[in-house]
Amino acid sequence: MRRLLGKSGVWLVGAAIILLTPAIFDSGFALSIMGQMGVAIIFALAYNMLLGQGGMLSFGHAVYFGLAGYFTIHYLTLMGDEVVGYFPVSLLPIFGGVVGLIFGIAIGFVSTRRAGTTFAMISLGFSEMVTALTLILVAFFNGEEGIQTDRWVGPEPLGITYGPDIQVYFLIGVWCFLATLAMYAITRTPFGRMSNAVRDNPERAQFVGYNTQRVRWLAFALSSFFAGLAGALHAINFEHVGFETVGLAQSGIVLFMVFIGGVRNFSGPILGAVLITLLTSTLGGITEAWLLYFGVFFVLMVIFAPGGLAGLIMLHEPVWKTDVRLLRGMILPYAGGLGTALIAGVGVIGLIELIYFSSHKLTGESRMVLLGVETSVFSAVPWLVCAAIAAGGIVLCRKSFPRMARSWNAAIDEVRARAAA
Amino acid sequence: MTALEVLLFSLFNGILYGLLLFMLSSGLTLIFSMMGILNFAHASFFMLGAYFAYQISKYVGFWPALIFAPLIVGVVGALIERYGLRPVHKFGHVAELLLTFGLAFVIEEVVQMIWGKAPVPYEIPQSLKFPAFNWLGLDYSAYRVFMVLISVAIFVGLYAFIKRTRVGLIIQAALSHPGIVGTLGHNVPRIFMLVFGFGSGLAGIAGVLGGNALGTEPAMAIQLGTIVFVVIVVGGLGSLGGALIASIFIGILTNIAVSYDISFRGFFMALGVSKDAVGVGSDLVNMTSAGISPILPYLLLVLMLIVRPRGLFGKRDV
Repeated sequence: MRRLLGKSGVWLVGAAIILLTPAIFDSGFALSIMGQMGVAIIFALAYNMLLGQGGMLSFGHAVYFGLAGYFTIHYLTLMGDEVVGYFPVSLLPIFGGVVGLIFGIAIGFVSTRRAGTTFAMISLGFSEMVTALTLILVAFFNGEEGIQTDRWVGPEPLGITYGPDIQVYFLIGVWCFLATLAMYAITRTPFGRMSNAVRDNPERAQFVGYNTQRVRWLAFALSSFFAGLAGALHAINFEHVGFETVGLAQSGIVLFMVFIGGVRNFSGPILGAVLITLLTSTLGGITEAWLLYFGVFFVLMVIFAPGGLAGLIMLHEPVWKTDVRLLRGMILPYAGGLGTALIAGVGVIGLIELIYFSSHKLTGESRMVLLGVETSVFSAVPWLVCAAIAAGGIVLCRKSFPRMARSWNAAIDEVRARAAA
Repeated sequence: MTALEVLLFSLFNGILYGLLLFMLSSGLTLIFSMMGILNFAHASFFMLGAYFAYQISKYVGFWPALIFAPLIVGVVGALIERYGLRPVHKFGHVAELLLTFGLAFVIEEVVQMIWGKAPVPYEIPQSLKFPAFNWLGLDYSAYRVFMVLISVAIFVGLYAFIKRTRVGLIIQAALSHPGIVGTLGHNVPRIFMLVFGFGSGLAGIAGVLGGNALGTEPAMAIQLGTIVFVVIVVGGLGSLGGALIASIFIGILTNIAVSYDISFRGFFMALGVSKDAVGVGSDLVNMTSAGISPILPYLLLVLMLIVRPRGLFGKRDV
């Protein structure tokens, strides 16, 4: 009984978060962001079925997300015009998933013949092809403008009209919960394990008697199904789908989410999706260079933390499992490391903002608000101050980071010593 | 123009465009065949070459820019290899591809940060702005001839360098047997760094020459970058000759599609789509080869992967 509760505990917490957050953050803006988070979580988890569990790096997974979105919008419009039969809006994500599945089966047949870098290039090719098609098949895609619809159609079972935003939020929340549960269950099946095996050692998997291409194809199709499900929810949420939803930028964003969150951990993509959605919707209003910060952060993660944020957290799992008190000795070094990194970050961000402002300002304009301080880009003071902060921060980081590593090593040594004893 | 003239004209223009594609893909192929790295940021180096050349030629003119811009791009490439790619090499090729994808993103943003989102006025040098010859009533500028000469020189020079010189031999050996080459006293990591820098520099040359012919703007990297990937897959990964043939083939294919402007009306009507169809049907009936020319390279990629996955000249399945 306790084991059962322990296993389902995390799911209960997840359900509680989905149900209770609207009570705390009830503004329209917050609801919209949380809805986007739900969609991003499904999409990111679907993407990680490829990248994390199957070892397939795709640059074009937005194709299935976006195409399902287009089909969902068309279905809603046709339903409003009573051309096609009624299908409950609450179940439309299934329809989107099937659209994704069909395209995933068809395109995956060609692209999953290869793994690794070739698979990545083929996925990019298909992505570019579909993006170009949005400008050619105008009746279906309507070019750069995209298509829109009204989600308030048909009968209203239990008073659910999807007029109010809160109803759409709960629609996304319920589907997000179900999809996460389903994708977690898939990782526990023999197929999920085979997918891992094909990722790690395709030759050996072949010797055991599995058809590696078949395994990749199945993983790709399933992943496309969930991507399509997310795409349908995206379409219902915004009542609009544009050509950017199938494009490279969208595929890149989901890759960033998954990688920054962590590919080798089931909950990593969830973390990444929540964080990146939050940053995208808030940073976009503060700075114009936010995409640059994103890119730099991503590059730094690839070099220094290929396991993502979840990977960094899981490095400490043996420590807290052995003795939570061991973490206490790590607080100071970690706070030092984070603090110095923050100082360096502030300096670098200040410099980037200065460059950005001076090359984008209107003629005659010189004053800008930099990190809360009003200053002039023509005076040397802000440049020197920012450069000094950045340099100082980097010098301090070179001292504090080794200290962080030492404290982690010490804790791990202690864990090993106790395990041996 | 007669039909024959149109054919010759589009063949000629296709070869010109194809040679530019080849200049771009030669560096990528070199890096791939030597190091096994698929560099997503390769077209970003092309873009950097164009922007550096624009900035340099503003002060000292085109000819110094032709020398210095590729050199700077090469140094940037070598630094990226040293401090970015070398640390992730141990995580495998997918990690390297991820890193270069992130870099492509960062470089595009940095270019926008410094030079803005609008195209910059990087122009063809005055000294090459005269018509070199007149053919079928059309003038061909000396600049285009110059581009052709440079790309042919790159092909011949690279081929001879890799296949015929001792340095090329060592580089080839460093990929297949890094341990033995290292034991023989060669600094293998430094060889990789130099190869990567050299390949980036080649993209830089293509940027200097192509930037003023095609337009210098932040979107240029993505536009050409994906087509260059098609080129090296179709040509066969790591094959320089394959890259040349595939580049010219794609150049001619897209040019013929545009200049002939074939209508697919008959084809889709034979499939049962009515002439007066509405919606998607009307898009299909009114589709022309010029309209679909942007997707032709990708269709070629898919067909090639189904029929012959190793590409034209690939030694093994990709």
